Amino acid sequence: MEKLSNSANPKRQMMLDSLFRVTTRFFAFLVLALLVGILISLVIGAMPSIRHFGWGFLTSTEWDPVSENFGAVVPIFGTLVTSFIALLIGVPVSFGIAIFLTEICPPLLKRPLGIAVELLAGIPSIIYGMWGLFVFAPLFGDHVQPWVMENLGEWPLIGFLFQGAPMGIGIFTAGLILAIMVIPFIASVMRDVFEVVPPMLKESAYGLGGTTWEVVRNVVLPYTKTGVIGGIMLGLGRALGETMAVTFVIGNSTNLSTSLFDAGNSIASALANEFAEATGEFHMAALIELGLILFFITFVVLSCSKLLLLQLKKQEGRNS
Amino acid sequence: MTEQAIKLKVKDLNFYYGNFLALKKVNLDIPAGKVTAFIGPSGCGKSTLLRTFNRMFELYPGMRAEGEILLDNQNILAKSVDVNMLRASVGMVFQKPTPFPMSIYDNITFGVKLYENLSRSEMDDRVEWALRKAALWNEVKDKLKQSGNSLSGGQQQRLCIARGVATRPEVLLLDEPTSALDPISTAHIEELIHELKQDYTIAIVTHNMQQAARVSDYTAYMYLGELMEFGATDDIFTAPKRKETEDYITGKFG
Repeated sequence: MEKLSNSANPKRQMMLDSLFRVTTRFFAFLVLALLVGILISLVIGAMPSIRHFGWGFLTSTEWDPVSENFGAVVPIFGTLVTSFIALLIGVPVSFGIAIFLTEICPPLLKRPLGIAVELLAGIPSIIYGMWGLFVFAPLFGDHVQPWVMENLGEWPLIGFLFQGAPMGIGIFTAGLILAIMVIPFIASVMRDVFEVVPPMLKESAYGLGGTTWEVVRNVVLPYTKTGVIGGIMLGLGRALGETMAVTFVIGNSTNLSTSLFDAGNSIASALANEFAEATGEFHMAALIELGLILFFITFVVLSCSKLLLLQLKKQEGRNS
Repeated sequence: MTEQAIKLKVKDLNFYYGNFLALKKVNLDIPAGKVTAFIGPSGCGKSTLLRTFNRMFELYPGMRAEGEILLDNQNILAKSVDVNMLRASVGMVFQKPTPFPMSIYDNITFGVKLYENLSRSEMDDRVEWALRKAALWNEVKDKLKQSGNSLSGGQQQRLCIARGVATRPEVLLLDEPTSALDPISTAHIEELIHELKQDYTIAIVTHNMQQAARVSDYTAYMYLGELMEFGATDDIFTAPKRKETEDYITGKFG
C-alpha cells in the first residue's frame, strides 16, 4: 500500500488529471458549438429570404438583384455539375497516379513524383483561377471547344451538352480546373491507403498468377475501399466549396443553360461576386440562404458516403 | 535418389539483395511428388530460395537472381517465361494467413477465374474439391458467402492452402505455414501436407526441426546463403554428413 501512495502529492495529481480531462472535453465540444453557431447564424441571416421566397427559392431560376427576385437553381446546378465533372475526371486520374506510385513506379521516381503531387495540392486556388482564365481558357476555346462542338455537338442524347459559343470559360472549364485541384488530394489519400495493404496479401494474390491490374482490382481496392471513398469525399468536399478558381472561369452568368460550354454560376462564386454589392432588402439574405444550401449539400454528401460505407461493410459479410 | 523424377532443378543459383549476395551457388534437385523441407537459422536464405521458385522477388526492386531453375526442364528465370503463368503453376502459402477481403467462396475462385473459364456448377465443384483437399469443407460448407476474415487463424491458413491448390498448381511452396498457428491447427496442416504430396511437389520452409522431420521426405540444411547439406530426411536427422548440420540439428547452435 505504501507504494501506491508514495507519489509526492496525490491530490494535486488527481486535480491536474481532472483539469486535463475537462480541458480536452471543452475543446471537443467547442467543435460542436462552432458548428451549431455557424448554422444558427446562417439561418438567422437567411430568414428574410426564407420567409419571402419560401420553397420557391429552390425551384426558381430567376436571379435578379434589381427587382429583388431570387432563386437558387442556377448556382445549385452549377455547383453540382462542376463538382460532378471534377470527380468524373479527377477520380480515374488520381487512381492511376496512386496505383503507379505504389505498384509500378521505379523507386528512383517515387519520391520526386510523390512530392510533385503534394506540391500541386499546395498551389493557392487563386493561381489555378488565373491560370485557368488567362492560359487554359483561351487555348481550350480556340483549339479544343470548336472541334468538340463540331464532332459531338450533333450527336443525339449528348449533343446538347456541347452547344453554344466557344468562349473557353464556362461550366466545363470550371469542372476541369476543379479536377486538377482535387487530383492531388484524392491521389495522395489513395496512395497512402494503398501503401498500407500488407505486402503478404498482395504477394498471395500475385502468387496465384494475378497481374497488377487483377491484384489491384480484386485485392487492393476491396481492402482499402473505406480509405478510397474517404479520399474521394475529401476531393468532393473541396470541389463543392471551391470559390476563387471557379469564380474566375465559370463565367458568372445567372442564366440556366444545359450546355456545359456555356457560362454558369456556382454557389460559392455567386457569394464571392455579389457580397460586396448586396444592398437590397433581400439580396444579402438570399446570398446567405445560398450559403446555407451549400452547407446542407455538403452535409448530405458526407452522410451519403457514410451510408455507402455501412452498406459495403454489410455486403462483405460479418467480421468476427 | 537417382531414380527419382526431378521436378525442380536449381543450378548455380546466386541471389542478390542489391549488392548483398544472399544465395551462393546453390545447386539442388527437388524430387517430384515429395515433400522437401528447408531448415536453417534465420537469415540463411531458405525463404529467399523459396521465393525464387515463383519469381516473387521480382515484385521488389534491387533483387535479382543469376543461374538457372528448371521446372520440368524449362528455365523459369528466363525472360521469356510468363511470370503470371509460372505463378499459376507454382502455388504459395505464407507465414501468416492472408485471406483476401472477400467471401470464402470468392477467395477460392479468385485464382481459378484468372486462368480458367468455368461454368457456375463447375466452379462450385472446384471450390468444394479445393476445400476438401484442405480439410476445410465440413467446417465452412454452410458459410461460403461469409468473409474469409471471419474464420479462425488455423482455418484461414487452410483456406489459403485451398486457394493455393484450387488452381491445380504442380508445385506448392509453403513458407513457414504454421509459424502463426496453435499446435492443433499445426497438426491439421501437417496432416494436410501428407495428403497433398500425392498430387503435388511440396517445398516447405520451417523453423521447427521436429516439423521438418515429421512432414518431409528430403531435407536441405542452409547456412549463410549456402546449401550445406541435402539428402533424405532420415539420413539428415540420424546421420548428417557434415559437422555443421549435426550441430544445428542437435541444438548446439542456431
